[in-house]
Amino acid sequence: MKRCLVVDDSRVIRKVARRILEDMRFEIEEAADGLEALQACRRQMPDAILLDWTMPVMSGIDFLRQLRQEPGGDKPTVVFCTTENDVEKIAEALKAGADEYMMKPFDGDILHSKFAEAGLV
Amino acid sequence: MLSEAEFALVAREVRSRSGAVFSREVAGPAVIRLTPLARREGFATVNELIAAARIRPDGALWNSITEALAQSETRFFRDKSLYKTLRDDLLPAAIRKRGHERVRVLCAGCSTGQEPYSLAMLIEEMREDGLNPAIEIVGADFAEKLLDKARSGLYTQFEIQRGLPIRKLIGHFEKSGDLWRISDRLRAAVRFETHNLMKHPSGLGQFDVIILSHVLNVFAPETRAEIVNRLTDALTPDGVLMLGAGEVLPEQCDTLVQCEHIVRRASANRVAAVA
Repeated sequence: MKRCLVVDDSRVIRKVARRILEDMRFEIEEAADGLEALQACRRQMPDAILLDWTMPVMSGIDFLRQLRQEPGGDKPTVVFCTTENDVEKIAEALKAGADEYMMKPFDGDILHSKFAEAGLV
Repeated sequence: MLSEAEFALVAREVRSRSGAVFSREVAGPAVIRLTPLARREGFATVNELIAAARIRPDGALWNSITEALAQSETRFFRDKSLYKTLRDDLLPAAIRKRGHERVRVLCAGCSTGQEPYSLAMLIEEMREDGLNPAIEIVGADFAEKLLDKARSGLYTQFEIQRGLPIRKLIGHFEKSGDLWRISDRLRAAVRFETHNLMKHPSGLGQFDVIILSHVLNVFAPETRAEIVNRLTDALTPDGVLMLGAGEVLPEQCDTLVQCEHIVRRASANRVAAVA
């Protein structure tokens, strides 16, 4: 079973994402900010990360830049999931190492489509 | 809610205009889809709209109702294997055969344009890979309302996220308020034509490839075969028809053979086998 780390400061979003991703047969771990996510990755690198942009303590983009420097940090497929929907922000995320990008609000169909695009399902 | 009599009437009128089957399962959502039309036409309810359509002699309201109920479910790059077959096999083969002439591709029942625009993106990538394919893309649908949206090239955030990889989004679209607009280059690469699949496609010309993906399911089984047989009349002698993933050639298409996505004339298949 593939493991997915869901990183979002909103408990509601984490819950929605968990429900959809469990239906897609992922084992889920959750983190509420970038630092928690980094610590989780250092314990065990997930196969996939669903990542919010704006979070307290450490933002999604800062987390991603650090993750890609970590040993094994190039492995997880990272799908950004954010309200940021400017072309510049999307380009910045891709440059930092994101594999796909999803704009909120989203539904199960879009989440599935993005994970399929990233080769995860 | 629609009464039994209203349901039967709408089903008959929709079928006579577009060939589509209006089933009881879609009758509930249909009321929601018809409500904006009723309001626009000055009626308080969908029932009033149907009553007016019944007595209006020119059929214009029935045409509007049929358009409002037209199947619009589509997405960018639906069926990845279809696009892979086009890029790796069908288009290069058609380009070789045509030489300096343009290859023509028809997206039949193209709805709001995601399929022909996906094809335009695919061809753009072929160009970036050093090929220079001369390909004309025609998107056809009977519903003007859907074609207007297709021609505008404007899509909501939900629509562009379904099936469109993010790199293609930022490569081919720009933000336009809350919407996303496809590039002028791609918009110019597709021509949209009004065509009802219940009619013969002779006015559209001949095509090397006709894509008929996830369209047949809204029609009755006997109508499906008629549509396929009519469309294949618009194929060049060695042209191919493409169906969506999992779709099967209807019965009573005796002169055609299917291999996965691809449908060819049985005679063309024999020639290919001998060659």
